Amino acid sequence: MKILTKWLRTYLPNLSVDDSQLAEDLTLRGIAVEGIFSLGPGNGSLYEMDITTNRVDAMNHYGIAREAATIYGVELKALDIALPAAQPSATAFSVKIEAEDACGRFTARVLRDITIGPSRDWFAGAQVSTYFGLLEQKQISNAVDATNFAWLAMGQPTHAFDLDKIQGGIIVRRARKGEKLKTLDGMDRILDADDLVVADHVKALGLAGVMGGWDTMITPETKNVLVEAAWFEPMAVRRTARRHGLHTDASHRFERGADFNAAPVASAIVSRILLANGGQIEGDFVDVRVTSWEARTSHRPAITLALSEVHRLLGKTVDKEGINASTVEAFLTGLGCQLSAAPAQAPSWQVILPSWRLDLQREIDLIEEVARVYGYNRFANTLPAFGEGVKALPWAEAESVTRRTLLAAGFHEAISSTFCSNGEAALTAPTPGQIVPLGNPLSEEAGVMRPSLVPGLLNSVAGNLNRDVADVRLFELGTVFSGTTERVEERPALAFAAAGNLPSQSSLHSGRAIEFYDLKGVVEQVLARYQVRDTYFDRFPSDSGLTPAWLHPYRCARVAADGLTIGWFGELHPAEATARKIKDAVLIGEIYIDRLYRLPLRKPAAREISRFQPVRRDFSLVLDRNIPWEWIDKSLASLQIPELVDWRAAEVFRDAKLGANDYSLLVSTTFQAPDRTLREEELQSFQSRVVDAVSKAGARLRT
Amino acid sequence: MTQDAIPALPEYNDSALDQAFAALAKQATDEAAAVGSPDDLEAFRLRWVGRKQGRLNDVSARWLKGAPAEAKKSVGERFKALKDLVEGLLDRAAGAGPSDAALAAEAIDITLPGTRRLTGAEHPITRTLNEIVSVFAALGYSVGVGPEVETDFYNFESMNFPPGHPARDTQDTLVIANQERRPLRDRLLLRTHTSPVQMRTMEQQAPPVRIVIPGKVHRNDAMDATHSPIFHQVEGLCVDTNITFSDLKGTLDHAMKALFGSSVKTRFFPSFFPFTEPSADVQISCIFCGGKGCRKCKHSGWIELLGCGMVDPAVFAFAQEKQPAYDPKKISGFAFGMGVERIAMMKYGISEIGQFYAGDMRFLNQFV
Repeated sequence: MKILTKWLRTYLPNLSVDDSQLAEDLTLRGIAVEGIFSLGPGNGSLYEMDITTNRVDAMNHYGIAREAATIYGVELKALDIALPAAQPSATAFSVKIEAEDACGRFTARVLRDITIGPSRDWFAGAQVSTYFGLLEQKQISNAVDATNFAWLAMGQPTHAFDLDKIQGGIIVRRARKGEKLKTLDGMDRILDADDLVVADHVKALGLAGVMGGWDTMITPETKNVLVEAAWFEPMAVRRTARRHGLHTDASHRFERGADFNAAPVASAIVSRILLANGGQIEGDFVDVRVTSWEARTSHRPAITLALSEVHRLLGKTVDKEGINASTVEAFLTGLGCQLSAAPAQAPSWQVILPSWRLDLQREIDLIEEVARVYGYNRFANTLPAFGEGVKALPWAEAESVTRRTLLAAGFHEAISSTFCSNGEAALTAPTPGQIVPLGNPLSEEAGVMRPSLVPGLLNSVAGNLNRDVADVRLFELGTVFSGTTERVEERPALAFAAAGNLPSQSSLHSGRAIEFYDLKGVVEQVLARYQVRDTYFDRFPSDSGLTPAWLHPYRCARVAADGLTIGWFGELHPAEATARKIKDAVLIGEIYIDRLYRLPLRKPAAREISRFQPVRRDFSLVLDRNIPWEWIDKSLASLQIPELVDWRAAEVFRDAKLGANDYSLLVSTTFQAPDRTLREEELQSFQSRVVDAVSKAGARLRT
Repeated sequence: MTQDAIPALPEYNDSALDQAFAALAKQATDEAAAVGSPDDLEAFRLRWVGRKQGRLNDVSARWLKGAPAEAKKSVGERFKALKDLVEGLLDRAAGAGPSDAALAAEAIDITLPGTRRLTGAEHPITRTLNEIVSVFAALGYSVGVGPEVETDFYNFESMNFPPGHPARDTQDTLVIANQERRPLRDRLLLRTHTSPVQMRTMEQQAPPVRIVIPGKVHRNDAMDATHSPIFHQVEGLCVDTNITFSDLKGTLDHAMKALFGSSVKTRFFPSFFPFTEPSADVQISCIFCGGKGCRKCKHSGWIELLGCGMVDPAVFAFAQEKQPAYDPKKISGFAFGMGVERIAMMKYGISEIGQFYAGDMRFLNQFV
């Protein structure tokens, strides 16, 4: 919104500060001047304003002048418009408010023998052409300019009708369902029974408070004019405007609450400008008011304001004297309130609220006004006393430990979209049929709430590969959604993805491609941070329907902890890779981290470290290819030899000499006792027990 | 060996003895310096202190034993000094390991880049969220959280956005499908701010309350350089007896100094939020130019950073439905909220908000 300081100053004859000081002082009081442009000698400045939506009263010259008058305690000139005496009329113009719930006031003034054309300048100091020129507002005709002028001066929408096109008189009523109206923008509209219209005795003439009608608009041929200035109820205007996809200056103001008492003044401004080109007023000014609306706007009951409440809520000021009774009185009076001392507990007041400030309704609203005009930066910076403990969220530590584990494993943290496409959701949802669609999605690709972090992470992986970033390691800790449109469940989840080479490539060694076991290691590391009694990895037959469709059915694993599925990981299904134009192998997984969050975190406990020499024994085994490591692992565990402190699969290799059905496995074991050096006989006995155990698991010693 | 054999001493006067012993000392020192391998060391040891052909044995046998009685003492002293020298050389050579020449053969190019273990980078948003949260934790704020899919009641109505109120227009809302038939307050939407957690917390907990609420929020905004349908906020709420507007100012002034440096100044402007009154926008002195004015602060010297205000009594009235202790005549409070992306963009010099959500390794690498 643009404001001319030249115009402002006509209302503030005693204002002595310059334009830049005025701009700063207004801004510090919430009437924000975003830009100042000097308009040359004698023309003052143009302010570019940014005013918060609750202050519609200040979105015009007079409203801002009132703020300035309050800040500096200077005179604000009254908006008195002198009009010539009216010619008598045999019958008063008929105005009827039928929709009393939606229209509080409707005023009408009949102007006869009007000449439509360029507006002539009117009273000194407020020339239409000067102001419009400085504002770069196009002058159209005296009728349009007059309503624009009233709008810019005081923020009151008005409307001028071609009186001769009105049949009978005015009725403010609800539209009839299906009623037709061509509005000023040339659109033919079909009305709803809830639309509020200004009508004559035959048909709707305009959308009340939103836009006038085509048929009754002023034309160069117009001779007689009816000037409307009214007050419409905010919600009724808002519903009408929304229904017709309209947002006009008028609807903006009415939706946020117009000044009930502004209509006569605005009507006078419009009439005065039109009469500058000749013509006369006919009959009395018609002013129909609905008492109940008057009581809720201009005649609101006084509210109580206590100085003690001002102090209780606002606290300390930088200045010693601070806010006292006379400050409060000066500020609120300047803003248009009427204060009288309340008898109850002094100092306190009964405050009558101005009709143009419908945002003021309660004591707190007045306290805000006091703080605002006083200046926020004149309050001290204090810190409240505090006596409570700080509580962490139950899963805060688990989340932090999990994040640190992934960061230490070299994965970058990603945050991806909360939404995905229906197809992506169907592919990745852990529970089918639990996808939650959006009612107004940004796009089809973002049509549903993500049931899994996999789609987002896959998009990030694909994005990196497309940009020729081959080495990717990403994880995300985020919320996933499931349920129905009636009830949505949110759970935290963890997903990770990797492609390319292991990143520890020095200049002298080439890296190796990241593989399934690297990802499995990460999963194990995460699980190791929790107190899990039994962790295992398995997979299901490819036709079982239990394997997530986004995973390679033979190169993926389910992770289970204490019998509960914790997640899935493995190679991306080749079909999904192709669908995303990914040529590289991608490893990806998702952990239902909420299930881990329910477990306690592992608490480190130290054990005595043996001072005695450990002994390593390697066993070279030959196994049928269908025998997994797990069997060997379990067979060794089942021995329960306390001195067998460690064993691992040291090497797996296949050799043509062994035949297609066998493979060779080197198992490395370590024996150590806490209290003695192991004797050869003991070791011999352990070794033969190991051989026995692995033989039972199906392995034979390689010879 | 013969030419190197210990010769007989022609004379036993002091100068002859000095000369003879000095020559041997020099010989031992030179040979010790040439030792470059364990084999060299062993050879040196055998040559000088070997039981059979060690030179010290020879010296002892020839010079000491052959000395006339009156010279025995002066030869003995000099022999002792030579022996100490040789043993010292031996110890040093044993400790010194390979010779410099041998080591030089093993020289490497130390200007080749070091092998780095890649460590993951915490997302700049997570990092910024945590920074903000810990500043407030030090002021006694616990962390509060709430759902991302909210009801109209918590997101709007209880935050004093009445049904149909124009203030709702300022927050374009993404909604869950098929809500039209449900009562307005039960309709599900994606929370447009973290403020609903204020109400959820107050319903659960009587005053005093001090919580800081980090979280993801959504708006129906198209992505551009500074807007995104997904972003993060940190909300704060402090309710107790005698909480004042000056406490709000002091708290945020302290927090901004903790986040951006102790020289940062704050200033407060009147603003409007339905759930606070009085409401304020907070600006901090530009962290790039120190307030002198630069491109980043549009030459104003100030950067707008957060919104705040005293909790509106209407919000307390909603809380009172479940917790009567939120009587606005007895308690008061303040709330504040800030956009995490905006702060992170400022702190790290990020120009496109979309980079936060692309998972681009090249972007994330910068935050290791």
